[in-house]
Amino acid sequence: MGGHLAFGTFSYDAAHLLGGGVLVLSFVLLYQRRLTAVINTYALQAVVLSAAAAWQAWVQDAPHLYLTAGITLAAKGIAIPLGMHRIVRQLQVNRSLESALGIFPSMAIGVGLVTLSILVVLPVTPQAQTLTREELALALSVVLMGLLMMITRRTAMTQVLGFMSLENGLILAAVSVAGMPLVVELSVAVLVLLAFAVFGVFFFRIRDRFDSLHLDNLDRVGGMHR
Amino acid sequence: MSVVVALLAQLLHIGLMLLAAPLVVGLIRKVKARLLGRIGPPILQPWRDLARLARKQPVLAENASWVFSGAPAVAFTATLAAAALVPSFALGMTGAPLADLLVIAGLLTLARCALGLAGMDVGTAFGGIGSSREMMFAVFAEPALLLVIFTLSLLAGSTNLDAIAGALHDGALGLRVSLGLGLIAMLAIAIAENGRIPVDNPATHLELTMVHEAMVLEYSGRHLALIEAAAMLKLVVWLGLIACIFVPFAIAPAGAPATAWGLGLLGWVGKIGLLLLGLAGFETAIAKMRVFRVPEFLGIAVLFALLAVVFLFVSQGFA
Amino acid sequence: MIALLLPALAVVVTLLLALGLASVAAGPGRQGRLASRGSLLLCALGGLLAVVQLLSGAEASSLSLGIGLPGLPLHLALDGLSAAFMLLLMLTGAAAAAAALDDHGQYDSTAPFFPVFLGGMALTLLAADGFALVLGFEVMSLASFALVLTNHRDAEVRAAALLYIGMAGLGAMCLIPCMALLAVGADFTFAAMRTHPPEGWRALAVLVLVLVGAGSKAGLAPLHVWLPPAHAAAPGHVSALMSGAMTKIALYVLIRVLFDLCGPAQPMGWGAPLVLLGALGAVLGGLRANMEGDVKTVLASSTVEHIGLIAIGLGFALAARAADLPGLATLAFGGALLHALAHGMFKALLFLAAGATQHAAGTRRLDRLGGLIHGMPKTTALVLVGAAGLAALPPSAGFAGEWTLFQAVLAAPRLGGLGWQVLACVAAALMALAAALAASAAVRLIGVAYLGRPRTPRAAAATDPGQPMLAALAGLAGASLLVGLFPGAALRLLGPAVQQAVGTGVVGHVGWLTISPQADTAGYTAPALAVVLGLAGGLVYFIVRRWTVSGERRGPAWDCGFGDPPNWLPFGDPVTQYGGASFAQPLRRALATSLMQARETVDMPLPGETRPAHMKVRLRDPADQYLFALIGSWRSRVSHFADFMQFLTIRSTLAVMFCALLILMAAVAALEQL
Repeated sequence: MGGHLAFGTFSYDAAHLLGGGVLVLSFVLLYQRRLTAVINTYALQAVVLSAAAAWQAWVQDAPHLYLTAGITLAAKGIAIPLGMHRIVRQLQVNRSLESALGIFPSMAIGVGLVTLSILVVLPVTPQAQTLTREELALALSVVLMGLLMMITRRTAMTQVLGFMSLENGLILAAVSVAGMPLVVELSVAVLVLLAFAVFGVFFFRIRDRFDSLHLDNLDRVGGMHR
Repeated sequence: MSVVVALLAQLLHIGLMLLAAPLVVGLIRKVKARLLGRIGPPILQPWRDLARLARKQPVLAENASWVFSGAPAVAFTATLAAAALVPSFALGMTGAPLADLLVIAGLLTLARCALGLAGMDVGTAFGGIGSSREMMFAVFAEPALLLVIFTLSLLAGSTNLDAIAGALHDGALGLRVSLGLGLIAMLAIAIAENGRIPVDNPATHLELTMVHEAMVLEYSGRHLALIEAAAMLKLVVWLGLIACIFVPFAIAPAGAPATAWGLGLLGWVGKIGLLLLGLAGFETAIAKMRVFRVPEFLGIAVLFALLAVVFLFVSQGFA
Repeated sequence: MIALLLPALAVVVTLLLALGLASVAAGPGRQGRLASRGSLLLCALGGLLAVVQLLSGAEASSLSLGIGLPGLPLHLALDGLSAAFMLLLMLTGAAAAAAALDDHGQYDSTAPFFPVFLGGMALTLLAADGFALVLGFEVMSLASFALVLTNHRDAEVRAAALLYIGMAGLGAMCLIPCMALLAVGADFTFAAMRTHPPEGWRALAVLVLVLVGAGSKAGLAPLHVWLPPAHAAAPGHVSALMSGAMTKIALYVLIRVLFDLCGPAQPMGWGAPLVLLGALGAVLGGLRANMEGDVKTVLASSTVEHIGLIAIGLGFALAARAADLPGLATLAFGGALLHALAHGMFKALLFLAAGATQHAAGTRRLDRLGGLIHGMPKTTALVLVGAAGLAALPPSAGFAGEWTLFQAVLAAPRLGGLGWQVLACVAAALMALAAALAASAAVRLIGVAYLGRPRTPRAAAATDPGQPMLAALAGLAGASLLVGLFPGAALRLLGPAVQQAVGTGVVGHVGWLTISPQADTAGYTAPALAVVLGLAGGLVYFIVRRWTVSGERRGPAWDCGFGDPPNWLPFGDPVTQYGGASFAQPLRRALATSLMQARETVDMPLPGETRPAHMKVRLRDPADQYLFALIGSWRSRVSHFADFMQFLTIRSTLAVMFCALLILMAAVAALEQL
């Protein structure tokens, strides 16, 4: 069924729109100034992503994608955000964010990244289907935006959120390519859960040692201080 | 015959706009009050406010010039002209060939500049603070608006609102990421242009947090009534603009018989109702931002609109 | 009859140049009047001749005069392009001359140069060879330099004039080689240049040279730095002419070289620098217009902005012509031309009014004006017409021009290629930013200078100027309203120029009443919009009459309960109202901090101190900082080096000469090898 996708058909448009929604939420992640809002936005992104996966499952007639959608919704839409909120409450983290770069400049860089990924993906995949190419461009943008968030935010929590938003981009790429085996997606998802657990432990350790989740403290330990 | 029908649609549309404007504001206030657990004023309260103001004789400052007393009429006239051009229930009204998006934007700028001058006329600090901030918001809103117009004109091949609404109504363009991004930008612009929370608070009573209200602080009587009515009309213009571009369903196409208007009217009421429910909910949930955060807020609208254009170039160029 | 147009215009030019000499002979007291009356008459005549040429649709005619350098007779020609700009020049010139009739004995010193300035500009327009063009251009430059120096006792004026003549010299240094590169052998006539359009590196050099040579005179960023001070320093009627006409003459030279002499076979990329520089200038000029504290500097900064908008249109026209999109090229060029005409009208009006204001209130500084609407009601009403154009409010002339330019930019993605598409959308966003900045600047200018309460006794006592000045203002306002209400007709009138520059006429796009982006789509119908506004206004009038209480009462301003001013401040404390700097504050913080390096320093006295608090704002134009300061530092380095070389010991001097000899010999040897 995927082969019949073209511009103007509803299934194409809806898939495209859901992918665009994930990207827009990446921008919203960059815009937020409060930790709780970032976590909620991340949860929303995961929900939209799982909707995109479910839609792809229906369009591509691939039932295993329903499983992906379910996992995404359960783990990243509900479980991880709840855990995050708990960490925030337990550690009494400072809820306002510090950004190494102003909001507007980082958003502007984000627009540049999206343009760049479009320009990179589209010409190198001429033989792929239109939908796949555009979705790949969207997914790459989400990945780059996640990286940008990791670079421009100063606290460990937001770095983790940036990392997981990056991973959302990977899932988006995985579900939009028809025929990607479930194993890959599952392994990525498990990896992220593991990473989350590791980071969680780290939070407590960093916090115990420095009384803060501010990453500049780590620079001192690493001998990077100037 | 069709000329008469078009003229009739135009006249009905203008009447609808004038009637609906205070109702929309009353409804928003009511919904907001209910969301906050209050009963709220009756929905017809804005009408009564206007009637009350019309019955009062205005008091002008001693050094007010004719600019001061003329500006409300100019602002209301320009807004009314814009309202006449934004279709509600039917396309193909008499004014349709004039309904250029740039012209509509220009008319709203005319209204804003008239009030901006009026804010400076009496020579008080509050008038100046309001005028200067209102003009600054426009500086950031205008590029975003133009980029949205750019997207629409690329899609529909024209900046004529009737042509755009017609093309989107036909559905040939489908759902687009560009349109979604443009909608987000447009919502942000509409919030800023109408002075709604989080950009400005229309119900504030603290002068230092006012923008639009500070600008018109010296007005009273029929002048204030005109200004309030212009603000209400402007809100309906923006809601109607968003409705007819981004939710192009149920509007009667050009040349449709008058019987299709009923459905169009129902659809319009539904769309406006949904939009104002959303607006009321949004305003209840969010706090007003500092004035110097507004450029950032609108700058992000610019970025979204820019992204919309880029996506459009890409899907047209490579697909 | 038609054949006599060019000779008649040549006679007008000669008479204008002669009038300068004659007014010197007329002696003090009468020379000002002679110069302005003569100029008024000649400009009216010249404008009439230009209109006849445009309406008749006559072919280009040319004329060869026996005067000039030996073996180089002057060639003159009149075609659609020069006639369109001649019309603009003569209209502005007539208004400026009429305004100068309202002379208070201070215009005598401008008398000899004013007609010469006009004559130089007209000669530039009529020139049909490189020599005549440069001659006219330089006469214009020198005469305007002398006019800028009118109030030379003021040190600021001298500094502005010095910067101006420096930039004029740079312009000449670029324009003369440009003409030499275009020339075919020793043949400098335009006819010969057209047959051999430049190619390769020569074409590129011509582009760069004309962009610097003519662009600097037009106020194209980043070479606009001289323009705000120079236009502000000149007397009112001169700055009206400089902003309204002289910048357009420079644009004419740009158009003549890039569109006409270089031929249609140039690459698309030629349009890009014009678009980029235009967008840069539009935003910078618009922002500066919101920051400056002097009425005329504000207006001059806004000139930079509008020139930028026109340059964007010219750039897209150039690219569209190269891409063989005649519709787009016509739209872009037509928009640029229409906006040039509109700007010539309303900016001249605003500058003349600024001159009248300066005379009436004794200052041009925004923080010493205010409340002029009470003493100068007629001037203020006319200024409002001009400011509507400045802010591009419908249905003014400025809106018609900018609407057409916007349509061209919105259609520009048709040029194809992601580069042009992105350029078009960035240009559109920046144009919108510039337009909104202009609106803000217009509200600030009117609101601070003409509305509010007077800030000085002099401003409180200002009165309307005399009849000639009011007539000039009213004439320009009327012309500007006509252009605004009938932009289609105006563009039809300028049609021959569009036809000549881009090769297609305006007829498909432009009716007498409507301008359409494409032949069969809805467009902008200004008269209909005026009717809609009139009907809406009538409805409002009816509603107000029918349902509201009439009459009004007067009372003290509410001002949130702010206390009454003391008796010794009859207009209230003037500094409690918003002034120029305070109106600029939101934009200064939001935009100028990054774009113009605005820095605020607040000096707040400690409790108990009796000195007043101060706030200082420092602004820098980036062009000033990154271009002119750089050149300045290079210049001082060169002069230091020269200084150093002058005091070498005799041995070192000999060594230097010996090295120079060796280098030259090596160069000769190397050339021999090639």
